[in-house]
Amino acid sequence: MHANPKMTAAGASTAPAPVGNGVVMDCQLQKVFYGDFLAVRDSSLPLEKNKITGFIGPSGCGKSTVLRSLNRMNDLIPAFRFEGKVTYHGQDIYDKKVDPVVVRRYIGMVFQQPNPFAMSIYDNVAFGLRLNGFKGNLDERVEKALQGAACWNEVKDKLKNSGLSLSGGQQQRLCIARAIATEPDVLLMDEPCSALDPIATRRVEELMVELKENYTIALVTHNMQQAMRVADTTAFFGVDISQGSRTGYLVEMGPTKKVFEEPEQQLTREYVRGEFS
Amino acid sequence: MASVSFEQLKRSDSVSGPPSSGDYTLDRGFRAVAWASAALILVLVAYIVLEIGGKAMPAISQYGLGFLTTTEWNVQAERFGILPQIWGTLYSSLLALLLGGLFGIAIAIFLTQDFLPPRLAAVFRTIIELLAAIPSVVFGLWGIYVLIPLLRPVANWLHDVAGGIPFFSTSLSGPGLAPAALVLAIMILPTVASISVDALRQIPYKVKEAAYGMGTTRWEAILKVMLPTAASGILAALVLGFGRALGETMALAMLIGNSNQISLSLFAPANTLAALLASSFPEAGQVEIRALMYAALALLAITLIVNAVGLAVMKFATRKFEAER
Ligand SMILES: Nc1ncnc2c1ncn2[C@@H]1O[C@H](COP(=O)(O)OP(=O)(O)OP(=O)(O)O)[C@@H](O)[C@H]1O
Ligand SMILES: [Mg+2]
Repeated sequence: MHANPKMTAAGASTAPAPVGNGVVMDCQLQKVFYGDFLAVRDSSLPLEKNKITGFIGPSGCGKSTVLRSLNRMNDLIPAFRFEGKVTYHGQDIYDKKVDPVVVRRYIGMVFQQPNPFAMSIYDNVAFGLRLNGFKGNLDERVEKALQGAACWNEVKDKLKNSGLSLSGGQQQRLCIARAIATEPDVLLMDEPCSALDPIATRRVEELMVELKENYTIALVTHNMQQAMRVADTTAFFGVDISQGSRTGYLVEMGPTKKVFEEPEQQLTREYVRGEFS
Repeated sequence: MASVSFEQLKRSDSVSGPPSSGDYTLDRGFRAVAWASAALILVLVAYIVLEIGGKAMPAISQYGLGFLTTTEWNVQAERFGILPQIWGTLYSSLLALLLGGLFGIAIAIFLTQDFLPPRLAAVFRTIIELLAAIPSVVFGLWGIYVLIPLLRPVANWLHDVAGGIPFFSTSLSGPGLAPAALVLAIMILPTVASISVDALRQIPYKVKEAAYGMGTTRWEAILKVMLPTAASGILAALVLGFGRALGETMALAMLIGNSNQISLSLFAPANTLAALLASSFPEAGQVEIRALMYAALALLAITLIVNAVGLAVMKFATRKFEAER
């Protein structure tokens, strides 16, 4: 499942003008269905190594759907159907031979709603480490992850308490700590800051910027400022209602500055200026 | 009243207003009914304990605690002891809990963790709940005519090959602990399974997502996340199942052999408190009835203790896994 230089190069060649260190994940999405409902169509999203790719767009345009297709989270939904290709270091993760469990070990996820496990704070963070058979200093890694997620000071005296006893915002940071504890190669974050106060939000944003030194991050956000602050690349999704249904698609993707300041599409311009929904 | 000052602040075109006096009356009415029901249960339990205790009093003063630790039940000699029955009650119920609990939880996992299409799972759930509707006499008859003949060759083979192991130290000649415990296990299965199913179904979808999102396999998700999350509910299921096993009467009276002996052997006949009560009451005279009342009190005490311990364990699990709220 690890980097194959030849295939990485091949994957990169299909991406539109990759800059930086190459493309870690390349999502060539053709159609995504929930049952008969076409949720997203024709979107090509290369995720570059050591970059933060921001996904923006109106509610219901399929940002979460696309994000969750990147680590096969949507496989849990029986009605879900993915047509297209998502390559990770050149390997198609939707290949029949690929076990989604393995995909999710390398591609971690932070969800839109906090979802800590019904176990102690410590065990929550140590969960992934134990799952992966980590043999080193568990305490150290748990502290590091909690530090990284900006909640160490709040929880360090009650690591034995249940993760569910925390406030909503604390729970979300606990979930971030849980996701980064195993240091996955790619981190998918679905509006990780929507339940956080501005201080914690800033801390998590700093964390993302720190993390991208080593990892690759995809971030869904409704906060334009956040996208501008942290995203290197921004993907704007829109909703196509011309077929009588609401189907999301990628309108435009490019360097964040360009998408926000001189977008190519009229739709993007209207959205980033707040001229619609 | 606070609502008066709110009334004055109200904009004239606003729809908001205080609950009407009828609403308040209804509210108070419901509260009164709820309190009355709760109190009634307490009174009922207290009444039963007192009534049985009162009837048992002569026996208690006559036999003392020795009643609980001796093994003879001799009506002629007026010597009574219920140690074998206490042993048989606990032993058969623990075996049933072990079997029924394990299978019940396994079935609950099977029915809730996407092993079956939702519709089929619903059908299975109904079938298991139907098991609970089978009268206990039917289970007893089934045990006598089907289970015991099936069990006997297996049991006797085990006794021949591994007779040295205390559990197999006797052969099975007819009724005995093993058929009784097996039937008991089947009888508590629906209780354990359906309450565990409820506990597992209550787990929010986002928890499952979180587990799979960490890269767990299905079994890792079930064992490391789903079961701990449902722990307090599953423990409740086990406590209720155990309580049911302790008090089950008819099927046991038919299957356990009503023999007052203490043996580890699974194939030896034994007796339980409930079976003793059921089989001795109809023909009991004055003296024996007093002793039986004492035995009933002992059964009641065991049940209450088991429930209290179960509650404490559940509370501990809730505190450990869930928030203290
Ligand atoms: N499990 C599901 N089953 C059926 N339809 C779904 C499911 N999840 C999402 N959808 C549909 O897919 C479309 C895209 O949803 P998605 O959650 O990806 O939107 P989003 O861009 O993340 O929105 P938001 O910004 O509000 O989170 C919506 O029309 C939604 O109704
Ligand atoms: Mg979303």
